[in-house]
Amino acid sequence: MPTVEIDGRTITVEEGVTVIRAAERLGIEIPHYCWHPGLSIAGNCRMCAVEIEKAPKLQIACNTRVTDGMVVRTTSEKAKAAQRAVLEFLLLNHPIDCPVCDQSGECKLQEYYMDYDRQRSRIPLPDKVHKGKVIPVGPRVMLDQERCIMCSRCVRFCEEVTHTSELAFYHRGNHVELDVAPGRTLDNAYSMNVVDICPVGALTSRDFRFRARVWYLERTASVCTGCANGCNVELYHREGRLYRYVPRYNPEVNRYWMCDAGRMSLHALQGEGRLTVPLRRGADAFAPAPWDAALATAAQRLAEIARAGRRLGVVVSAQAPNEEVFLVRRLAAALGAEVAAVAWSPPDADHDDLLIKADKNPNAQGLRLQGLEPDGGLDALLGAAARGEVAGLVVHRCDLTRWRAAPAVAAALERVGWLVVLDTDLRETAQFADVVFPLATHAESDGTFTSHAGRVQRFTRAVGAPGEARAGWDVLGDLVVRVGGAAPREGADAVFAALAAECAPLDGLTWERLGEHGVLAGASPQAA
Amino acid sequence: MAEHLLLRNRDVPDLRRLDVYRAHGGYQAARKALTEHTPEQLVDLVKASNLRGRGGAGFPTGMKWSFLPKQTAKPVYLCVNADESEPGTFKDREIIEENPHELLEGIVITAYAIRSRTAYVYIRGEFRRGHDRLLEAIAEAHAAGLLGPRVLGTDFALDVWVHRGAGAYICGEETGLIESLEGKRAYPRVKPPFPAVYGLFGCPTIVNNVETLACVPHIVERGAEWFKGIGPASSPGPKLFCVSGHVVRPGTYELPMGTPLREIIYTHAGGVPNGRKLKGVIPGGASMPIFTPEEIDVPMDMDSVQKAGSFLGSAGIMVMDDSVCMVWAALVLERFFHHESCGQCTPCREGTGWMHAILERLEHGRGTPADVSLLLEVANNTQGNTICALADAAAMPARALVTKYRAEFEQHAALGRCPLRPPAELPRAHAHG
Repeated sequence: MPTVEIDGRTITVEEGVTVIRAAERLGIEIPHYCWHPGLSIAGNCRMCAVEIEKAPKLQIACNTRVTDGMVVRTTSEKAKAAQRAVLEFLLLNHPIDCPVCDQSGECKLQEYYMDYDRQRSRIPLPDKVHKGKVIPVGPRVMLDQERCIMCSRCVRFCEEVTHTSELAFYHRGNHVELDVAPGRTLDNAYSMNVVDICPVGALTSRDFRFRARVWYLERTASVCTGCANGCNVELYHREGRLYRYVPRYNPEVNRYWMCDAGRMSLHALQGEGRLTVPLRRGADAFAPAPWDAALATAAQRLAEIARAGRRLGVVVSAQAPNEEVFLVRRLAAALGAEVAAVAWSPPDADHDDLLIKADKNPNAQGLRLQGLEPDGGLDALLGAAARGEVAGLVVHRCDLTRWRAAPAVAAALERVGWLVVLDTDLRETAQFADVVFPLATHAESDGTFTSHAGRVQRFTRAVGAPGEARAGWDVLGDLVVRVGGAAPREGADAVFAALAAECAPLDGLTWERLGEHGVLAGASPQAA
Repeated sequence: MAEHLLLRNRDVPDLRRLDVYRAHGGYQAARKALTEHTPEQLVDLVKASNLRGRGGAGFPTGMKWSFLPKQTAKPVYLCVNADESEPGTFKDREIIEENPHELLEGIVITAYAIRSRTAYVYIRGEFRRGHDRLLEAIAEAHAAGLLGPRVLGTDFALDVWVHRGAGAYICGEETGLIESLEGKRAYPRVKPPFPAVYGLFGCPTIVNNVETLACVPHIVERGAEWFKGIGPASSPGPKLFCVSGHVVRPGTYELPMGTPLREIIYTHAGGVPNGRKLKGVIPGGASMPIFTPEEIDVPMDMDSVQKAGSFLGSAGIMVMDDSVCMVWAALVLERFFHHESCGQCTPCREGTGWMHAILERLEHGRGTPADVSLLLEVANNTQGNTICALADAAAMPARALVTKYRAEFEQHAALGRCPLRPPAELPRAHAHG
């Protein structure tokens, strides 16, 4: 294994590791534009040129493999001069329109200019080459050709990751332009990744652009709930509003990418239909009710039905995190109710070999881990309801009317004696409820999902829930206690601990041990 | 050199026809190579001959061949670089048009030596006649069993395909050529890996220039020692010199490597006409630094020209008399490199355009004295930090012209016009496209 010295510090790395990677491990950032760890090496931006002893010319750190005894200087006068020269070249024909550019604040041209260049422009303004601006290259991506530095990351992404090749360079020299191929549009299912990997403001998100300056936004680690893949994301938010998902690196799940549908699923989290207060059915219509009163009513009626020995059911969907599934089971146990699980996806749900799964639920695998077969038991329960045999039903994060023919479900729900619905939004099923509890989304609470591959991953509360909405584990735990059962009340992590203690594949796992990349269920040493 | 070797077509009428070529000993070297040599022996022979590439870089040919992996499950390809597009260079063209079987014979021997059964000739798009004649020659060779499944009756099989370029200078860079041949935009590849390991379609590939391959049959026929005896042993052989510009007899001259530049200009090309004085000579095509009249006693071989501060390059000798404005000359060169920069690497993409713009200003009377040092600085920053040599090709002549004729550049800035050319005569810089 070769040992290399970089800026006076040494590190031993495996054969084949490049200088830029070895430096990264030492915590030394070699500035770069075209290099991206998820793409092939292009070597075109020349920003990462470093001085290597015994090499006559500067070498690019991205394509130079470490050899034993190699001595690298990333901050020598020669390297610095080259960095300055490259930056001057990059900015030569750049419009320098930072005040109106959406990339400001996360622009590598801005950052490196401040770090490595800081010289005045030496080109007369009228001499700048002009190219196309505000070009909608696809439904979700906007192109400004003048800001493009031709690093080719986006081109390589569309060639190497999506294999769709919509983007290419046209013309030559300083007239080179990035564009979509004639007759094409950048509309692949992953098109918005080019926005993330664009180091400058050439490619911006039509969904996010001009909505916020990024330096005002906060970031919270989370998981996308658009499908069962469990792509790791960073959630950008400010003052309670959600702005965008950006993929968070997880080598085992999504690497650097996520799909466009997943990104756009963020908007549904703060839609018009959010429930903000508990609702209790009055004579005809719903009326807002205080939490305590609504919980007391629901618990009391459910307990009465249970005591009367009449049929009770609980339905939980794969939208619910592991902690809530656990408490749903506790509730059912305390009431002597049967549990049905639902994992609904559209019958024509899209899927591919990259990230997108046909299962559009974030936690179907979590249901299975706890012994609940998705879509098991629901038909029997609804059948019984239709016959008027179900006296009480709790429906958790699930709109049953989407799962089965709506009129049939409506007919069944109308005959349920007492219906409790817990959900984030007011959906069709809730129209039949006697009590409706408003829940927080995964952006507003803490918990874990289990991906299709069985990876248990955490999400973290980023913003507050609207109105009086509460976290699902909190509401369920409250109900469990009120009907005479036991539930951890300190926090969702305590609920997870209780779950891990009784669920063999999760044995030994704690939130802390899940870390930022999650852990495969059953992979824990204690579980073996 | 009394006899022509590479340009025997000048001595033998219709040499481009197979029957004539064979009547004059053609394909004897190929027969010898295929029946008396192993591929390894041929690689060693070419190594021993010290043949160096005639495309511009002067890399030892045998050594290049020896970089191929010894064992590979992939096909090996031979790419013939016939994309002759270095300004001032027109030597390969004559071989292709007038002596195509010499090239084909070189291809047969080389393909056998590197164990390739498919060769692609990437020919400059403008060489329509050369393209047609090469196709005729290939058809003749096929019909005569000199190409195809059993070359010269042996087990060696070889097919030769001809691909026409579409007019980009960068396609002459060997990895740009490979990309173009694959149907892609000719962006030169970042190296390593080199083509010998990862070339055409990801397979081991050798790219050789036309003139280089034309030397190979002669080496096989007469031996490495004979070849090494022509000119200096470190860079020997017959060499085609393309002389253009202000000389009495412009044209291609086949002379021994190491012939002094002065002799080429004054003895062979007849000197500078019209009683004008020599002002400067670019010795190796547009990419190479210029020589002043005081520097032309240099022997024209690779090492000597390099020692003198320039490069033999493609041996495109461009002679300029004292009517030439050196700022204008620099402008013409940089306009070319700006036009031909593929735009992949930052320094070349931006540097060539910037140098072009500065020279436009100077030549058209809008320059300032500061522009002269700015030009030098931009040239310095452009050079030495790119994937291929085009940036160096653009920077080197600009640096040499400014350094050696600096007073002329400063005079342009001070006068606010070109002292040699009235404004009306200035050629218009054409739009980029």
